Amino acid sequence: MVVIVGASAHWIAPYDYLQQAPLTRFSAPGALPGHLLGTDYIGRDLLSNLLVATQTTLVIAFVGSVICICVGTSLGFMAAHFGGWVDNFIMGLADAKASVPFIIITLGVLAFFGSSPLLFVFLVGISSWERYARLTRGLVLSANKEGYAEAARIVGVPAIGIYRRHILPNIAGPLIVQFTLNFPDIILLESGLSFLGMGIKPPLTSLGLMVADGRDYLAIAWWLTAFPGLIIVLTTLSISLLGDYLRDRFDARLR
Amino acid sequence: MASFILARAVRALVVLVLTVTFVFIVLRLSGDPAQQMLSDHASPEALAAFRANWGLDKPIPSQYLIYLAHAFKGDFGTSFADGRPVFTVVAERIPKTLLITVPAFVLVMLIGIPAGIFAAVRRETSSDKAIMTATVVGYSVPNFLLGVALIYVFAVWLRVLPSSGSSTWQHAILPVITFALAGSAAIARFTRSTLNDVLGQPYIADARVDGVPEWQVILRHALPNAAIPMVTMLGFNAAGLLGGAVLVEPVFAWPGLGSGFVRAVNTGDLNVVQAMIIIFTGFVVTINLIVDILYAVLNPKIRLQHHDAS
Repeated sequence: MVVIVGASAHWIAPYDYLQQAPLTRFSAPGALPGHLLGTDYIGRDLLSNLLVATQTTLVIAFVGSVICICVGTSLGFMAAHFGGWVDNFIMGLADAKASVPFIIITLGVLAFFGSSPLLFVFLVGISSWERYARLTRGLVLSANKEGYAEAARIVGVPAIGIYRRHILPNIAGPLIVQFTLNFPDIILLESGLSFLGMGIKPPLTSLGLMVADGRDYLAIAWWLTAFPGLIIVLTTLSISLLGDYLRDRFDARLR
Repeated sequence: MASFILARAVRALVVLVLTVTFVFIVLRLSGDPAQQMLSDHASPEALAAFRANWGLDKPIPSQYLIYLAHAFKGDFGTSFADGRPVFTVVAERIPKTLLITVPAFVLVMLIGIPAGIFAAVRRETSSDKAIMTATVVGYSVPNFLLGVALIYVFAVWLRVLPSSGSSTWQHAILPVITFALAGSAAIARFTRSTLNDVLGQPYIADARVDGVPEWQVILRHALPNAAIPMVTMLGFNAAGLLGGAVLVEPVFAWPGLGSGFVRAVNTGDLNVVQAMIIIFTGFVVTINLIVDILYAVLNPKIRLQHHDAS
């Protein structure tokens, strides 16, 4: 459901999300025909805005998650393959990363470099690499001991080929489960940063930004905050339920 | 045990040094620190004086050492929002943050742990399911959104509590509740799953067969064994409160570290930003160290290792 909305937002939105109509501002949900969820402080259609914002949030969270899984998995492979000080170094970094609230680091970096969408996506993308790195490292270490990896090694398949062709497909399940479990956290990070005004900036829009905008008009137009908030909650809720389900269904190791 | 704690203390120090290093690297990568720290209109003399003070005219490795020395003395220059030393600006915000995070943490333990125990004991009943549903929902609501919702209900609609500021104790109520609700959900879930694991162990079944009353099984046999993972989790939670402060404090205009950090980030007050990153890390590292020490105290294996060694 959420994915469909995310994919088709621009086509099904009844109005251009930037179209302003100051005369009909602060119209309550259902009060005006054509504006199903009402309008905001400059008369933009809330439903259209929501659809586009959901899309932005999901795209960023998805791209961020993909970067996360790539970076984390590669580092995990490296730690498992080289062992020794490389392993210690990567795992030490992972410990350090896990021990400091990432939102503080992110905000700091954005303060130093200024906010740009590319940097923002990159930061969201490295937000939880250490979970994948730890998971991958553990899985690779145990997979290396199994017969199929040993067999491939004996017949002379190079290490990188073993990892790519033999081990990766075997450990993909838990990684995908981790991906689903991690996705809500990334949405929350994105919306939190945008809420603080350090993430997505106008004229682009995202759910966190809409909550922040609506907050100023809480006393006279509750719907401006309530609907984007509700979408954040429902999205994270449904994806984390999916993650829990996948975990219980496919992977006993993570439990 | 002493050697274990020493090792952990060294590791804490390493994380702290890593963070300072990280700030140093980011600062150098982002351009000329003298230009960044002073304004665009700074005179060449001011720039030169700044460079000399921070050793920026020296080679990179010695710059790094000078930076480390400054950082550990707490000297981060002056805030260019109001020209006061950064140390003072940051220090006066620390008590404000503690004023809401410490009660919130106590509430998290008072709500989360009993709720989790209750759910574990009444496993697979409707009260268990109700608690677990509540925790999943609680887990999915971002704390800043919860804060806004609480403001709407208690300040805008019911008009019983103030929404922003910190002048009276009533002002602290909503931020504390925001933190406490979000934190308790995670702790309740974790308590339940840990306790369920412990209750599945053979020695619990033994105790039950021996006729030990159920409440004693829980209190005397299960809980002590669940304590170690829970201390770790509570440590995570305490560290998470500090990260959460960045989002929750601005919602309530609470003048603590979190909103100070966000303001510094938004106004580009880089001296304050770097000091805050290091202060936050310092707090988190201290919390982790306390967790490690508690861990050693609670875990007989680590205590015994020490006895064997000595």
